[in-house]
Amino acid sequence: MTDPFDMEMPPRVEIGVLGWLKNNLFSPWYNALLTVVSLAFVIFVVRAILRWAFFSARWEVVTTNLKVFMIGRYPAAEAWRVIASLAIVVVLAGLSWAFRKAKDRPIRRWLVLAWIVSFPVIGILLRGFGEDNPFMPRVSAEVWSGLLLTLVLAIVGIAASFPIGVLMALGRRSRLPVIKILCTIYIETIRGVPLISVLFMSQLMLPLFLPPHIRLATVMRALVGITLFSAAYTAENVRGGMAAVPRGQYEAAQAVGLNKALMMILIVLPQALRNVIPAIVGQFTALFKDTTLVVIVGLLELLGIGKAVTGQRQFIGLHQEVYFFVAVLFFICCFLMSYGSRRLEKALGVGER
Amino acid sequence: MRKSGPDSGRVPFWRDIRVLRVLAQFVFLIAVVALILWAISNYSQRGLIFSYSFLHKEASFDLAEGIEFKPTDTYARAFLVGVVNTIRVAVIGIVLATILGLFTGIARLSRNWLVSKIARVYIEIIRNTPLLVQLFFLYFAVILKLPKLSEAVVLPGPAFLSNRGIVAPWPRLTPVFRLWWPFLLLALVAAVVLIIIRRRTRARLGRPGIGAVWVLACLILIPLAGWLIVPGNPLWLDVPELIQKAGGVFKVEGGVILSSEFTALLVGLVIYTGAYIAEVVRAGLQSVAKGQTEAARAQGFTNGQIVRLIVLPQALRVIIPPLISQYLNLTKNSSLAIAIGFLDLYAVSQTMLNQSGRVVEVFFMIMGSYLAISLTISLIMNIVNKRMQIVER
Repeated sequence: MTDPFDMEMPPRVEIGVLGWLKNNLFSPWYNALLTVVSLAFVIFVVRAILRWAFFSARWEVVTTNLKVFMIGRYPAAEAWRVIASLAIVVVLAGLSWAFRKAKDRPIRRWLVLAWIVSFPVIGILLRGFGEDNPFMPRVSAEVWSGLLLTLVLAIVGIAASFPIGVLMALGRRSRLPVIKILCTIYIETIRGVPLISVLFMSQLMLPLFLPPHIRLATVMRALVGITLFSAAYTAENVRGGMAAVPRGQYEAAQAVGLNKALMMILIVLPQALRNVIPAIVGQFTALFKDTTLVVIVGLLELLGIGKAVTGQRQFIGLHQEVYFFVAVLFFICCFLMSYGSRRLEKALGVGER
Repeated sequence: MRKSGPDSGRVPFWRDIRVLRVLAQFVFLIAVVALILWAISNYSQRGLIFSYSFLHKEASFDLAEGIEFKPTDTYARAFLVGVVNTIRVAVIGIVLATILGLFTGIARLSRNWLVSKIARVYIEIIRNTPLLVQLFFLYFAVILKLPKLSEAVVLPGPAFLSNRGIVAPWPRLTPVFRLWWPFLLLALVAAVVLIIIRRRTRARLGRPGIGAVWVLACLILIPLAGWLIVPGNPLWLDVPELIQKAGGVFKVEGGVILSSEFTALLVGLVIYTGAYIAEVVRAGLQSVAKGQTEAARAQGFTNGQIVRLIVLPQALRVIIPPLISQYLNLTKNSSLAIAIGFLDLYAVSQTMLNQSGRVVEVFFMIMGSYLAISLTISLIMNIVNKRMQIVER
């Protein structure tokens, strides 16, 4: 314990670079030791990585295959359709960002409408029309691959799971026991098993339980699995958001004479969904990472393409370069998304009431 | 809502909330049942039957990992091998990931700027890349790129590190162990009795009568005494040896063998989950108000006492619930084993399926096993959680 008489001494001023160093790196002796050891560790690791990256790595495996990583087996002549889809998304995102604070209701409404319309438009753009349509020939979903497939799986997965998830959340909070129990069983079962087993179900079991004339492409079946899986997690997120709506809101809604359905649609859900946005972005990031699992059921998303590239004859055995590149791509996307989610959380003021 | 009373009789039944409720549930139930029946009818139209009789048949495939298995064993036994492998990787993974996460979480809060930044970089990199990419990298780009067995890296022990995995020394039991284990039991019982006595005296007097040192001494000294009394050694250290057989083939004999697949999966899961646990630990430690530490210091607690008596009990309350879900995630993520060829429950099921063609049966076995394992983990952890909550208040 400090001697009370020490208090009489003037406090030592510790500013400047040396003061910072002393305070943050070398203050008691063991901290100095820790700093030296970690510094040695950092230098060792960074040096090894830089040496590998600049001297021994053969990056031509990535540079020659860059297009393969992005769109995989999508026909090269039709690549403009992918670029056009990307352009639509970028333009819409830019507009939404520009008008994010606009008080102008109509513009925001048009934007929401544009987003909703963009989904089928992009779908048609990517898929095309008939087999021998001169303008946009059909590109079967079976050949969608690379980063394109990763994005399609993640975006469609989260979008399709959202309405199901909201319904499930409502069901789980319902006062009708049968509905509540069935929804709870669904949510808890899905959350208790790994995604790969749900994909297994959608790949192998689903076709057996459908009438013989319905044939789903592998990509569609994977989407069904991802959606069913993601819906359970969306439901839990939405349920959390609904629980955070103050009781007074429910009571006030009842007091002004709204019935149950109107109360949910007009009062509770708008507030609940606003609470949930950051959680949904987080879930989207997780889903984006989880789409890699479709490689196990034989689809060629980004990681699957990477695996295929390491099998090319001229690049055999270049696993380090390929998987490093794939990891960096994922890292950039996920890091930006989690950064955005944190910004969003602040902007929406979630948890600040 | 309408009250039951004299005028409730006048409400037509299609507007009576009680009738509507029952009706809504009934319709919902019928819809679900109809969907299931429709699916089952499609299934049986294909001439498929649902039966588990294949489980007793000969599997006729080999499994290279886990408890003993030969191709003449049954499918049921093959599945058991997978379940045991999953549990093995999950349990070891949970223990190691907790240790790694604890250290990283504390490092993240360290006043040492460099240490805290290293922890942060590790956490951000791991959390923002998919686990499967990490596993692929670990397995294909690191472990399979290690030298061949004949040029294995020899670590002190000796342990051999090669592209076939790790071979390390391992203690094994000798026949004398029969005489020694009663001492282990005795030590355990004595330690438990001492702990109970300590608790009681603390409850009565406010301070433990017997020092914690005695519990430790009990646990060490009694087995040690037993070791000296028993003739011969109850354990022996199985040290691996690199042997060149005739024809220039290298082989390692003895020791415990961790296959390259097991090593990749275990290390991958531990590094991945460790990063998440670190964030859980950090959040828990930060949730304890600073005033708590300051108040404790003002009352003259030592730093160790502050951590043990003030910070940890309050932090654990926040840490344990998300920790449970991290443990569950680790267990579920172990199913990625199939991508790198480790024979866990999912990978074995896939092989069973390819051999027998029993899709639905195997699917229910997979789901059931994961649900059972998940439930067991949450049950154990919920008991721990409850105890923590009581201790804290």
